[in-house]
Amino acid sequence: MSFPWAKEYTPQHPLMRYLDEKLPVPRLVYNAVGGGYPVPRNLSYMWNFGVLAGFCLVLQIVTGVILAMHYSADSTIAFAKTEHIMRDVNWGWLLRYAHANGASFFFVVVYLHIFRGFFYSSYKAPREMIWLLGVVIFLLMMATAFMGYVLPWGQMSFWGAKVITGLFSAIPLVGEPLQIWLLGGYAPDDAALNRFFSLHFLLPFVIAAVVILHIWALHIPGSSNPTGVEVKSESDTVPFHPYYTAKDGYGLGVALLIYFAFVFFLPNYLGHPDNYIEANPLSTPAHIVPEWYFWPFYAILRSFTADFLSIPAKLMGVLAMFAAILVWFFLPWLDKSPVRSGHYRPLFRKFFWFGLIPTMAVLFYCGGAPAEQPYVMIAQLATAYYFLHFLVILPIISSIERPEPLPYSITEAVLGKDEAAQLEPAE
Amino acid sequence: MTETTVTANSVEGAEGTDGVRRRDFINVAAVSAAGAGAAVVLLPLISQMAPSADVLAESSTEVDVSGIEVGQAIKAVFRKQPLFVRRLTPKEIEEANAVDINSLRDPQTLAERTKEGHLDMLITMGVCTHLGCVPLGAGEGENKGPFGGYFCPCHGSAYDTAARIRQGPAPKNLEVPPYEFTSDTVVKVG
Ligand code: HEM
Ligand code: FES
Repeated sequence: MSFPWAKEYTPQHPLMRYLDEKLPVPRLVYNAVGGGYPVPRNLSYMWNFGVLAGFCLVLQIVTGVILAMHYSADSTIAFAKTEHIMRDVNWGWLLRYAHANGASFFFVVVYLHIFRGFFYSSYKAPREMIWLLGVVIFLLMMATAFMGYVLPWGQMSFWGAKVITGLFSAIPLVGEPLQIWLLGGYAPDDAALNRFFSLHFLLPFVIAAVVILHIWALHIPGSSNPTGVEVKSESDTVPFHPYYTAKDGYGLGVALLIYFAFVFFLPNYLGHPDNYIEANPLSTPAHIVPEWYFWPFYAILRSFTADFLSIPAKLMGVLAMFAAILVWFFLPWLDKSPVRSGHYRPLFRKFFWFGLIPTMAVLFYCGGAPAEQPYVMIAQLATAYYFLHFLVILPIISSIERPEPLPYSITEAVLGKDEAAQLEPAE
Repeated sequence: MTETTVTANSVEGAEGTDGVRRRDFINVAAVSAAGAGAAVVLLPLISQMAPSADVLAESSTEVDVSGIEVGQAIKAVFRKQPLFVRRLTPKEIEEANAVDINSLRDPQTLAERTKEGHLDMLITMGVCTHLGCVPLGAGEGENKGPFGGYFCPCHGSAYDTAARIRQGPAPKNLEVPPYEFTSDTVVKVG
């Protein structure tokens, strides 16, 4: 579906006309990312991250499939195989650094994409399905990245796998058998490494499938925009191509510059040195940390140090960690304000910039710090605010806040008031 | 070959006097059979993930404890996981026995956690019951934590001299694996 003024695909060349009749893929592309897809004319650079995330997925699949040609998931040689990729395979160092930093970049991009959604309440109707699918993608990404990090079979790989599968042992009754079943043993070993490799290979393609659903759902209402006012007329939109192919292309160029600065000059900056030590089941590294993109959630996990409402601390931590993401599923119903954009919501905006963002930053910092005071205490306060923000503050704000006046239309927001704007009251 | 005639009636399925069509019976029977079949297929698909025979076969270990000095501990391997074998000092035994059992998160006496006549031989898994890190305290000079037993650096669980959980997020005492003394100096674990 699209707006009635969307341009129709009209192939000129007989071959393209033939193809359009038999297998209309060019038509699909034209209507999805071509001249046939009208998009709000006022999208900011915050709307670049969706396309960038798609690019990251392709990058991970291409580099990953190639790495898999040289890798071997046998716990006796997996570590050596990773070093073989680094030292012996032609350009192997580049491919591995591209894949490892690609994962980090994927998360940077997706976090910005999600926070764009928070600020502009992109999760609100009619886009709830897009948001829900997005949270599913994020969960799948976390699983994929976690299993990928186990593959080089370094110390952090091993202990990360042990601690994260240990989370499942917190579940009452079935927990321990479940952990043993997931690992295929009592600790991570050959069985676990092999199944993680198999799933790490598979999941990105599952993600690709959910991404297709995500974009399909997006194309029904079309993109939101920085005003949050829905498209009303043709003058509110421009065709995706050439306008946003150009804008996204420019953004991709800038992102690639930053990405390659890491790949070439700081390839191990985001990694942990202990992962260059081969996995040793008998010795835990002094300070276990997951990859940086899990830190906020790891901080929440660790902030439950005492039993709470007679639920064991361990289970509480696990529940809270999963709840921290699952609460996103309920956002469309927690934030009831009819106004979308944070630009017109004075109270919401304050809590976003001075509440949610600093809280995430603090959780991020504490998740990477050792499990000592004062970090544990700070993380506990931040965890409390995190849940308060979504479950209490947002619903209250959305009922007491007086939004600022909205522009009548996107065109008015961009070009100033016109006659049409005077005729009808603001939305 | 038997003769079959397709009538409009047989396409709809003959209706009995009770209003149930014969075709309904075939539907329910076919779907149930397929459902039962699918459930049976799940069994191998799920069970293949469990520990394989060779992993299970590795599950017993012999440890010679004669070389362990009083106050010293060694790390052995059981089921590919660390095993702590520790000879307690009289002071450590005293400390363990002085604790009020009811104040413990996982109440157990030292005697319950050791074999009769070997109160000083504390054999436990070296696996923190929180999320599975190897606690410190078995190696020479390692931090034994505030209760003088073991200390897990991952999230700060502290165990006492009977390896019982005293502080931090771990829910249980360090696990005592099944073992027996096959002679005065040899322990068979598993
Ligand atoms: C959603 C996309 C993906 C993400 C987020 C991801 C993430 C990761 C991460 C974090 C690592 C560890 C990097 C390191 O420290 O070495 C890794 C390794 C690996 N990945 Fe992926 N990956 C993705 C897609 C793929 C795909 C599609 C394949 C192959 C079909 C693949 C194959 C591999 C292999 C063979 C390794 C081990 C070699 C190495 O450690 O460099 N990955 N992945
Ligand atoms: S694993 Fe030991 S305290 Fe968490």
